[in-house]
Amino acid sequence: MNASPKAAGPTVVRISGPIVTAAGMRSAAMYEVVHVGAAGLVGEVVRIVGDRATIQVYEDTTMLKPGAPVRCTGAPLSVWLGPGLIGNIYDGIQRPLPGIQKRSGAWIQRGEKVDPLDLTKRWTFAPVMRCGDTVRAGQVFGEVQETELVRHRVLIPSQVAGKVKSVAAPGDYTLRDTLAVIETPGGDREITMLQRWPVRESRPIRERWRVSLPLITGQRVIDTFFPMGKGGAGAIPGGFGTGKTITQHQLAKWSDAEIIVFIGCGERGNEMTSVLREFPELKDPRSGRPLMERTILIANTSNMPVAAREVSIYTGITLAEYYRDQGLNVAVFADSTSRWAEALRELAARLEEMPAEEGFPATLATRLAQFYERGGAVTTLAGQPASVTIVGAVSPPGGDFSEPVTQHTRRFIRCFWALDTELANARHYPAIHWLQSYSEYAENVAAWWEKQAPDWSELRTEALTLLQREERLQQVVRLVGPDVLPDSQRLILFIAEILKDGFLAQSAFHEKDTFCAPERQVALLRLILTLYRRGRDLVEAGVPLGRVRELPCVPAVLHAKETFGNDELPLLAELDQRLRDELDALAKQSAREGRQDG
Amino acid sequence: MAELHFSVQDRGLQYVGAARIDGPLVVVERVRDVGFDEVVEILDPEGRPRVGRVLDVSEEQAVIQVLEGTTGLSNESLRARFLGESFRLPVSRQMLGRVFDGLGRPADGGPPPLSADLRDVNGRPINPNARRYPREFIQTGLSAIDGMNALVRGQKLPMFSGNGLPHDRVSAQIVRQACLLEEQTEFSIVFAAMGVKHEVADFFIRNFEDSGALARTMMFLCLADAPSVERLLTPRVALTAAEHLAFDCGQHVLVLLTDMTNYCESLREVGTARGEIPGRKGYPGYLYSDLASIYERAGRIEGSSGSITQVAILTMPADDISHPVPDLTGYITEGQIVLDRELFQRGIYPPIAGLPSLSRLMKDGVGKGFTRDDHPALASQLFAGYAYVKKVRALADVIGEEELNALDKRYLQFGEAFERRFLNQGEYENRSIETTLELGWDVLSMLPRDELHRVSDALVEQHYRTPVAPAADAQTK
Ligand SMILES: Nc1ncnc2c1ncn2[C@@H]1O[C@H](COP(=O)(O)OP(=O)(O)O)[C@@H](O)[C@H]1O
Ligand SMILES: [Mg+2]
Repeated sequence: MNASPKAAGPTVVRISGPIVTAAGMRSAAMYEVVHVGAAGLVGEVVRIVGDRATIQVYEDTTMLKPGAPVRCTGAPLSVWLGPGLIGNIYDGIQRPLPGIQKRSGAWIQRGEKVDPLDLTKRWTFAPVMRCGDTVRAGQVFGEVQETELVRHRVLIPSQVAGKVKSVAAPGDYTLRDTLAVIETPGGDREITMLQRWPVRESRPIRERWRVSLPLITGQRVIDTFFPMGKGGAGAIPGGFGTGKTITQHQLAKWSDAEIIVFIGCGERGNEMTSVLREFPELKDPRSGRPLMERTILIANTSNMPVAAREVSIYTGITLAEYYRDQGLNVAVFADSTSRWAEALRELAARLEEMPAEEGFPATLATRLAQFYERGGAVTTLAGQPASVTIVGAVSPPGGDFSEPVTQHTRRFIRCFWALDTELANARHYPAIHWLQSYSEYAENVAAWWEKQAPDWSELRTEALTLLQREERLQQVVRLVGPDVLPDSQRLILFIAEILKDGFLAQSAFHEKDTFCAPERQVALLRLILTLYRRGRDLVEAGVPLGRVRELPCVPAVLHAKETFGNDELPLLAELDQRLRDELDALAKQSAREGRQDG
Repeated sequence: MAELHFSVQDRGLQYVGAARIDGPLVVVERVRDVGFDEVVEILDPEGRPRVGRVLDVSEEQAVIQVLEGTTGLSNESLRARFLGESFRLPVSRQMLGRVFDGLGRPADGGPPPLSADLRDVNGRPINPNARRYPREFIQTGLSAIDGMNALVRGQKLPMFSGNGLPHDRVSAQIVRQACLLEEQTEFSIVFAAMGVKHEVADFFIRNFEDSGALARTMMFLCLADAPSVERLLTPRVALTAAEHLAFDCGQHVLVLLTDMTNYCESLREVGTARGEIPGRKGYPGYLYSDLASIYERAGRIEGSSGSITQVAILTMPADDISHPVPDLTGYITEGQIVLDRELFQRGIYPPIAGLPSLSRLMKDGVGKGFTRDDHPALASQLFAGYAYVKKVRALADVIGEEELNALDKRYLQFGEAFERRFLNQGEYENRSIETTLELGWDVLSMLPRDELHRVSDALVEQHYRTPVAPAADAQTK
C-alpha cells in the first residue's frame, strides 16, 4: 500500500480512520463502490463535493497514504443472490468468513477478496417454465434443492419481462451457466442462478398485508403474552447481561420461520462462534433437520471495521428479502441495532456532520424507519404469500430506555420486549418484564390461537391482570409486609409467584423446556389458572390459604414446565386432573369441617 | 524498523517545526508519503526521541498523537521523523520474567529482547469462524466466582470496582490460584498497568514473586507518572505479546489489565484535543469500538492449543455501574465481577456482589461433565434466594425485623450465612469446587425445602441437609 507516483486517475488526499477523501472523483456516484490503495480496500462513496468524494472504507486503513490510487467500479454496493447462501457465514459486506479463513488463517487480513458464492459448484436445477411462456420479473423460473430444508426458487430478475426463448434441460449447472434466454423488448436476456441486488434498496413486492399469523417462537412469555406476528417488527431492549442475545438466539433456533438471517452487528465474536457450533447440531423441532440448513449468518463483530458494521444490516435484510421473494417466511435478527446506530454516529462524526441528539446524526430516525419498513407480510411479485419478520436488539447506555435509539425504534415496531435488570440479576430468564412489555400483534394472532384453544385470549388476559394486581399489592407489601393482607390478596401473591417461576421463567438451557410447543404453553397456563380460580373459590368460602398452598401437587405444578416435555401432554393432563381432584377433596373436607364447626 | 528499541536515525525524512501543538497533539505541515497510523519519532529540544502516531493525514498536514506527552516541545525546535510503519512490537517467549514500560521497552535494566518477529500492536480481528468456543472451567478457589460466576479458559471477565476496594487483592488471588481441574497447567501471566500508582505495581510484583510466578510473568508498566497518552498503547502492546505466547507458543495466558478507567480517560483527553464531538460524559463516541478492539483479543482459535483469558480491572467513578466505562465494558466482555462497597465495609472478603455479577460463559463450562451436575441449578437457586433476601432486607428497614414473618426471618438468616460463610473466605484460602458446592448446599438448606423452586426434586433429595433447618416456626409466607 505504498504511495504510488501521482497517478492520473483519482487519488487519496486525506485519511482519517475509516473515512478517506479522494480527488479526481467528478464522475463518481453516491454509494458507488470503490477500491482504495494498492491493496484495493473496499469502500463506498458517501459524499461528493466538486471533484472530491468522501469514501467510507470497510477495512482497516493503517498505512494508507495520500496519493494512493482509487479505482471506481461504477456499481453500488450489492450482494450476490443465489443458491449457496444458506448455512454460510459472511462479514458485513458479504465476504464468506470460511473462505477468508482458508486464505489468511485465524486473523482477517485486509484486502481479501473471496466470492460470496461458489462459482464452481453445480446445483441440480429443475425448470418450471417452458419455451413460449410469458414471464415477468419476480416469477419463479426454476427450482434448486439448496438444503434439505430449503427449496430455492430461481426468480426472473428485476426489470426482465418477455417470452421464454429457450430453457435449459433439468440437470446440474453452475451459478453462471445460462439457464434460459428471455426475449424482451430490449433484446434477449440470459438468465442464470446468480443475481445481484444493491443492499440499500428494498426489493419490490406486489402488495402488503396486515399481519395475521403468529411467529411461534416456543418462548412462553413471548408467544402467550407478547406475541410476534409473521411479518411483524419488534425490539428487544435491555442493559448488558439482561438477555438480548440469548433471547434472539432462542428465537433463531425455535421460530417457525422457514429462513433465519442472524446479523451479529458489532457484538462478540464468541457469540457467533456459539451459533456456528450449535446450529448444525440442533434439530428443527418441526422437520428434525439441523437448524443450520435454514440459517444465514452475518458476523461483523465489534472489533471488525465499523463501516462494514453499518452496512451489515442492509446486507442481512437484502438476503432476507430475496428468500421472501421466493414465497418463504423469513425472520431477521439484528444484534444489536444500537451498535449499528453507533456506527452511523461514528461515521457521521468523522464526516463532521452536525449531530442531533446525543451525537447521533439527524437521519437516525429515518434510517431506523427504513430498516424496519423492509419487513412485512406481503404478496410477492409471483403472487405468493410471504413475510420478513424483523427483531432488533437495542442496547441502551446504562440500560436507560429514554435514549434516542430506543425511543426512535419504538415508533417503528409494534412489539416491545423490555428486558429488566432486576429480573436478570435474580436470574429470572427471559428477563422480559411483563408490565413494561407490549405487543400490538396480540389481537392479530388471537384468531390463530383460538383455533388451538378457544379460551386462549381469556387465559392470557386473566394471567396478565393477575400480574398487574400483584404489582399493586407488592407496593403495599413493601411498606407493611405481606401478613396484613387478607387471604384473598395473598392468594394473588402466591399464584403470581407460580406464574413467574412455573410459567414465565424458561431456561434456554433446559433440554425439555428450551422450546415450548403452543399446546404445552396453553396447558401449563390453564393448569396454573385452575389452581387460581378454584383456590379463589375456596378462600372465598373461608378455607385458609395455607391449605391451598400445602396441596400435595403444588410443587408438581411449579415444576411441570421442566417435568413434561412437548410430547408428554397426556402426563400434563394427568397432573391437571390430580390438581382438580385435590382441590375437590379440599373443598369437600372444608365443607365438612364447616358443618362440624357450625 | 518502527519498533522502538533500536535507533532509527538513518531512516526517513526529518521535518523541522510544527504548525501547532495542542495537548497531546502535534500538527506537522507539508508532509509527504506519510501513512495513516504511521509511527513518528518526535525529537525534543534536547534531541531525545518521543514516540507518536498519525491520527489523520492529508496532503497538507499530519496530525500526530505524541504518546510520551508534549511537555517541553516547541513549534520551532520540534523535529519529526516518520518511520514508514505502524507501531510494531518484537515478540518472543524470552520476554517472560521481564518488565517493560508502557510501550514495550525494557524497564528492568535488561537488554531489549532479541526477536525479528515484529507484530502490529493493533492486531487483526479474529475471524469468528476461526474461534474455538471457550468451555474449560477454571477453578479460582473463590466460591463467589467458581460457584456463582465461573470463569472459563479464553473468557474475558472484567472486575468492576471502586476506589479503595480490594480489587488488587482479589485479582492477585485469582492469578495465584487459577488452575484447570484436570490438568495442572500453569498460566503464563501478562500484566499491563495503565496509570496506576507505583505501590499498586509493587503489590503485584511482590505477589508474583511470592507465589513463584515471576518467571512466567511479563509486565508492561505505564504508571501514574508516565505521560497519560502512552497508556493508549499499553494494553495493545501487552496483548500483542500475549497473542504470541498463546497462539504461537501454545501457552495458556492470563492477561491482567488495570485500570481500564485510566485508559479511557486518556482516550477522552485525545478526543477533546482533536475537537471531536463528545459522547456521554465527554467520552468519544467510538469508545465502544475502541474498547472492543482490546477486549475482543481474548479467546481461543483453531489451529492453536493456547488461550487468552482476560481480567480487566476498572474503577467505577462514584461506584456508578452505568458510567460509560463500566457500561460499555459490560456490553463487550463476557460478564463482570462487581465489587460491592457495602459488603466490603461489613468485612466480607472478597466483597463480590451477589446479584450484578455475571459470567456469561459459565453455562458452557459448568455442570455435568465439567464440574458437577447440580452446579447450574444450585447457582440459580442461590441467586434467586439472595435476590429475595434483598427484598426482605428492604422490608425490614421499613417495618422492623421483629415484624417479619417466620419465613422472611429465615431468609434473613440465609442471607447472613450466604455472605459470611459462602462469599467470605481467606485471602489465602483456596477452595476446591467441591467445597464450594457443598458450602452452597449448606447455606441453601437453611431455607425450607419447598422454597427451592429452581432445583429439581431429585437434586433436593440428594443434597438438601435435613437437620440443618431450624425448627418448625417457618411455615407461612
Ligand atoms: N432464556 C435464558 N435462559 C437462561 N439463561 C439466560 C437466558 N437469557 C439470558 N440468560 C443468561 O444471561 C446471560 C446474559 O445474556 P445475554 O443474552 O448474553 O445478554 P445481553 O445480550 O443482553 O447482554 C447469559 O449468558 C445467560 O447466562
Ligand atoms: Mg448481547
